[in-house]
Amino acid sequence: MNPRDLTDLAFRNLRESVLRNVLTTLGVAVGVASFVAIISIGVGLQQLASRRLSESGLFDTILVTPKTNFRGMDRPNPEPESGKPPRPLDEDARKEFEKLPNVVEVYPQIRFFTEVRFNNKPFATVVAGMPDSSKNSGAFDGMQGRFFSSTTADEAILQIEFAKELSEQPSSLLGQDLILRYAERQALPSSTTSTDTSRNSAEAPTGGFSIVPRELHLKIVGIVETEPAAGYGGYGNGRLLMPLGAASALRAAQVNDLRDIVRDSASNKTTYSSLSVRAKSPSQVQAIEDSIKKMGFRAFSLLDASKSLRIFFTVFDLLVGIFGSLALAVATLGIVNTLVMAILERRREIGVLKALGASDADVQQLFFVEAGVMGFLGGILGVGFGWVLSRAMTFGTNFYLYRQNLNPIELTAVPWWLALAALVIAVLVSLAAGLYPASRAAKLNPVDALRYE
Amino acid sequence: MPTADPAIQLDRVSRHYSMGETSVRAVDDVSLSILPNEFLSLLGSSGSGKSTLLNLIAGLDRPTSGSIVALGQDIASLSPLELARYRCNTIGMIFQSFNLLPRMTLEENVELPLRLAEVDRAERPARVREALERVRLTHRLGHRPAQLSGGEQQRVAIARALVNRPKILLADEPTGNLDSSTGEAILTLLRELQSKLGMTIVMVTHERPLAEKFADRLVTLGDGKLLATASAKGLP
Ligand SMILES: Nc1ncnc2c1ncn2[C@@H]1O[C@H](COP(=O)(O)OP(=O)(O)OP(=O)(O)O)[C@@H](O)[C@H]1O
Ligand SMILES: [Mg+2]
Repeated sequence: MNPRDLTDLAFRNLRESVLRNVLTTLGVAVGVASFVAIISIGVGLQQLASRRLSESGLFDTILVTPKTNFRGMDRPNPEPESGKPPRPLDEDARKEFEKLPNVVEVYPQIRFFTEVRFNNKPFATVVAGMPDSSKNSGAFDGMQGRFFSSTTADEAILQIEFAKELSEQPSSLLGQDLILRYAERQALPSSTTSTDTSRNSAEAPTGGFSIVPRELHLKIVGIVETEPAAGYGGYGNGRLLMPLGAASALRAAQVNDLRDIVRDSASNKTTYSSLSVRAKSPSQVQAIEDSIKKMGFRAFSLLDASKSLRIFFTVFDLLVGIFGSLALAVATLGIVNTLVMAILERRREIGVLKALGASDADVQQLFFVEAGVMGFLGGILGVGFGWVLSRAMTFGTNFYLYRQNLNPIELTAVPWWLALAALVIAVLVSLAAGLYPASRAAKLNPVDALRYE
Repeated sequence: MPTADPAIQLDRVSRHYSMGETSVRAVDDVSLSILPNEFLSLLGSSGSGKSTLLNLIAGLDRPTSGSIVALGQDIASLSPLELARYRCNTIGMIFQSFNLLPRMTLEENVELPLRLAEVDRAERPARVREALERVRLTHRLGHRPAQLSGGEQQRVAIARALVNRPKILLADEPTGNLDSSTGEAILTLLRELQSKLGMTIVMVTHERPLAEKFADRLVTLGDGKLLATASAKGLP
């Protein structure tokens, strides 16, 4: 039979037992909807978790340092690869990191302890440079004021605790200026001359440097309650946040610099004392960390210390997958059941078709198309239901959070790939479910089917 | 009748059903030649193997032994797909219980063999109409089988069987569910169509008088064996 007649007949068969086929299709739809809803919670929670985690910057960031960086001032290099000079952490290395799979960005860590003057009073604090990407990390959601206008703007965002130190009414600080006093590194004249060409990186001059006190006026543009620059590795939390570009242009002396003095590198290139590599999600940190170690650097992530978190994420993925699949499995059984019932009911019809000259393949395809159509329609309906369900869950959760005076969250997410995957899976699963009934129908002996009862 | 190549040649055909220890010989060593354009009637008591023989000729079933050659084609050598084609293009079948698909209109029922034969869509309405004209039912195109009398349903079944212009028409007790006058009308129609279109008819029936009135030749089966063949119109 040609495809058009096949679908014609399939559709008319579906219409003939409307109620049963509609119920089966609804069964598929409910299965797909549960699948979509459950996965959407998984996706939503993962997005939420990774957003929260990247706010802290703890679990998706890898700190990379060159192997020459001593842990302590006079401890010898713990991995003495004698003869071979260790690889410098330079621009080439940075580009290589950026090319690694699942790396979102690579940026130098700028974080220094310094003094701030406001209303002619001194305050001690930690300044942190924030990459532009942190704007979208969720760390600045719900802030007062606004994010930096550009990566080189002389602007500051204050952490609320620090803002409270400056003023009793933190919000009044917005728009005001403060003075940042910092120590600038200046390369010694005896050293290379090309250091000025790369103002946007926290380079470590090769020959040594002197330290010159400087001042910079910063405009306060925002106040955050979260801790977007919570750090690790002994740097402390950044409480005054600056755009990364502006911060690195300061060439402020950092803690690491002291270590660089003891290093004697022959290279003239910009080198970093450390780089932060951000992974797409915490689950990918380990793989990236391993690749970086293989490239000859020292890498450190908090995930090393929290394997259980990774186990949690893996198990969570698994559970979400299992529950989603269970819902689909139930839907599959529904299709198998309906089609097997249809065979029993349509024995005679199948016999007649065969007597009139239908081949086994014709009969098989007929049942197959019916299964596929139910799967496709059920899939479309199911994705719709699933989306509504996921919205309802988010809404319900947020209503509850609102009553508890908590901020709303995006509990669920139905990305396009989920909708598409659910539809494709629905059709595939339905076709698979149709496989057995279709071949049974095709094998039906027409003589038996036609015997007069 | 002039000797010509037979339309259907059965050569020592057997069909046995084995059920554990015992084996039922539904058709047992039957040899028979059926001529082109012959109207042959298969008689015999219930369980004598008439339907089994008809299904063997239709290619719905395969013989345990022996050969069946229809229009020069050895049925045994055909693959399942070729058998389906053979049923579609060479054979037309009608049944005691009509076997129309209840949820399809008459028009759709008659169109079914055309779909299976992949006849061009544009050609189909005319062919359906022509077939229903032959059985004089064009005014009920959109009706469903249940809205028709038994005789009318059998006429639709005949239209459906003939719409692909088969060379062989197989009828399994076509009058079994009809009263005698309607039965006669159906057989009159079959004869009329046979002389108009030219085809070989094999009809299974219980009713010897009907067979004698309409068939060219009577063949009697008993316990799967061929008991007698007689030229119907020559009988006293
Ligand atoms: N699938 C089967 N399995 C076992 N035996 C069968 C099968 N089909 C038919 N038979 C047997 O074969 C014999 C012939 O059956 P068949 O249906 O051909 O008889 P018939 O002459 O058409 O009878 P009726 O006039 O009642 O329709 C019967 O004894 C029947 O029981
Ligand atoms: Mg019978």
